Amino acid sequence: MTELDTHLEQVGGLKSARRGLFRLGAAGALAAGFGRAVRAESGLPAQDWGSGIGAAVADVTYGMPPKDESDMQRRLVPWLTGDQTSSISFTPLQYQTGIITPSGVFFERYHNGMVQANKRDTRLMIHGLVDRPLIFTFEDILRMPSETHVHFLECAANGGMEWRGAQLNSLQYTHGMVACAEWVGVKLSTLLEQTGLKKEGKWLLAEGSDGSHLTRSIPIEKALDDCMVVYGQNGESLRHEQGYPIRLIVPGWQGNMNVKWLRRLKIGDKPWFTHEETSKYTELRADGKAYGFTWPIYAKSVITFPCPEMHVKGPGVYEVRGFAWSGLGKIKQVDVSFDGGVNYTRARLDGPVQPKCFTRFTCEWRWDGKPALLQSRAIDETGFVQPTIAELRAMRGSNGVYNNNSIQTWEVKADGSVNNVQLA
Amino acid sequence: MSSSRKLLALVAAGLFSSAAAHAAEPSLGLGQTATPEQIAAWNIDARPDGVGLPEGKGSVSDGDDAYQENCAMCHGTFGEGGKYPRLAGEGKLTGDRPEQTVGSFWPYSVTLFDFINRAMPYPAPHSLPPEKVYAITAYILNQNNLVGDDFVADKNSLPKVKMPNEGGFIWKDPRPDTHDSDCMKNCRPVASVKISTTAEGSRVTPRTTGPLDTDIPQ
Repeated sequence: MTELDTHLEQVGGLKSARRGLFRLGAAGALAAGFGRAVRAESGLPAQDWGSGIGAAVADVTYGMPPKDESDMQRRLVPWLTGDQTSSISFTPLQYQTGIITPSGVFFERYHNGMVQANKRDTRLMIHGLVDRPLIFTFEDILRMPSETHVHFLECAANGGMEWRGAQLNSLQYTHGMVACAEWVGVKLSTLLEQTGLKKEGKWLLAEGSDGSHLTRSIPIEKALDDCMVVYGQNGESLRHEQGYPIRLIVPGWQGNMNVKWLRRLKIGDKPWFTHEETSKYTELRADGKAYGFTWPIYAKSVITFPCPEMHVKGPGVYEVRGFAWSGLGKIKQVDVSFDGGVNYTRARLDGPVQPKCFTRFTCEWRWDGKPALLQSRAIDETGFVQPTIAELRAMRGSNGVYNNNSIQTWEVKADGSVNNVQLA
Repeated sequence: MSSSRKLLALVAAGLFSSAAAHAAEPSLGLGQTATPEQIAAWNIDARPDGVGLPEGKGSVSDGDDAYQENCAMCHGTFGEGGKYPRLAGEGKLTGDRPEQTVGSFWPYSVTLFDFINRAMPYPAPHSLPPEKVYAITAYILNQNNLVGDDFVADKNSLPKVKMPNEGGFIWKDPRPDTHDSDCMKNCRPVASVKISTTAEGSRVTPRTTGPLDTDIPQ
C-alpha cells in the first residue's frame, strides 16, 4: 500500500480524491501554503498542480489528450474536393512522436462517407474460382488463427498537390496522407485455405460494403503473401473511420486497396479494371499515356522536425527527426542533408526497423543560425534510393497526381522559420 | 514453408486442382457455404469482357430521362461536370490541365456500367435497376460520341463498345525509373542549389493550429 493509499484510507476511504481534499481541513491547507512560499523563492515555476489531490481513477473512462495538445487534429484542405464525404483528411505528422499513429488522428479517406457498420450484420463472402464458396461472420473471423503486424498505410495521392511546385506550407498537408498502425487479424492465406483455390484463380477482387462498394483487383501472389483481414488497430477494435469491424490490409501497397468495411472477396482469372484502377489511381504522363497497376509505395521519408509547423528557436543544438518507409520492405538507411543535397550525413535509425512500416530516424544538428536547406533521403533494403522531385518530374511529368515519393526540402531561414520549397 | 507459401506453391504447380481440393475438408470448419442465391445478391462486379453483366437493357433515349433525373444535378445536363467530375468531352490528356473524361480517358466501357451500378447515384448508391444503369451508361457513351443515338446497351452490346483510349494505358509498373544515387559528399555543385518554388506565404494552406479551417479559398 502506498502512502497515498494509506492517506486516502485515513481520510475516510472515500471514492473521490477531491472529496477527500475537503475533509483534510485546516491542517492540510496550511501545509500547502507553506510549500508555495518556499517554491516562490527558488524562481522555479509554481506547479500548482502539486498542491492538492488530483482527479480520481475512472473520472475519465476513455482518456483524451491534454488540453494543451489540442492542435493535434486531423485536418482537411477544403478546396481539394467538391464534397467532404468523398475526400481525405491529413495526419498531424508534426506532432507524432513515435512510429504508431494514434487511431484518433489516423488520416481518413472516404469514397462515399464514413459508415457505421456493426459486427452483428457483417459478413465476409469468398467466392468465384474457389472450391467451397463460404460466408464468414465476424465471430468466425475472430476464432481463426491471428497475427500482429505493424504497417504504414499511405494514400497514393500523398504529395499529389506538390507535383507542379511547392504549394502547401505545411508538413501535415504535404505528407499527411500516411499513417502507421499495429494491425491484428487473419492472414488472407488462412481464409483462402478454407475455401480452396482453383488453379485458374490468379486475381482477387476485394469489395467494401459502404455506399461506394469500392473494388480493387489484387494479384493472387500478393493476396497469399502478406495480406490480412484485420479487426484490431493499436490495441482496440478498428475505428469506424478505418472500416470497423473488418478491413483488408495490403501491406506496403497504395491505401485504397486496403478496402474498408470489407464484405466480399472474389477469385478470378483476370483483373477487373475497376473505376479505382482505371479512371482513378492511374498516373497520366506528359505524353498522355497513363501507368496503371502501380501498386507499391516506393521508399520515402520526411523530416518531421523542423518543419513549417515546427520552427527552430535560435542557434544551437537540435535533433532533426523524421519517419522513413517503403512498401517494398525494410528501410536500410536514411541520410540527412543541411545544404540542399550537396552533402549528406547518415541518420540514426531509431527503434524497431520493420518491413513496410514507419522507421523513425534522428540526426544531431548544430545550427549556426544561417539559412539552411534540410532534406532526408531514404534507401530501402532493395537498394532503391528516394528520388529528388526534379528527377521524378523528369521521368513522369507533373500531371500524374499519384506516387510522389520525392525528397522533401525544408528551408530554414535565419529567423528560425521553416518553409516548404522545391529545388531546381 | 509457411502456409501461404505452400498454398502459392500448390497453385503454381497446378496441384491445387478442383478435384483434389474437394476431397480436402476446410481445416478450421468455420464459415457457412454460400448458396447461389446469397452469391447472386452480392455478386455485382462486371468485367471489361462483359462477364458479370446482368440481364436487361437500356437505350440512349431512356438514358436521357434517367440521367437528367439521377445524375445531372452533379455532373451537369451535358456531362460537363463542375463541382463534380466531368463525364463528357474529348478533352486532351496532355498539357497543363488534362481532361480525363469518360470519352478521353476511360479504357473500358463496361467499367462505366460497373461503377454506376455499384456507387451511383452518389446519395443513393446501388439503388437503380439494371435497365436504368444500362440506359444511363448508353446515354453517357452517346454524350461522348462513342455510340449512336439508337444504341441500346445490354450484356452483349456494351462490351463491344471500344473506348478510344484503351491503348493509352501501360499496365506495367515502370519503377524503379529514377536514377538517384546514395552519394554522400559533393553530390551536386553548390551553385546549382537554387530554390525553384516556395510555399512561403502560401494563401492556399489551411491553418494547422486552432479550430478546423474549413473555408479557405483556392
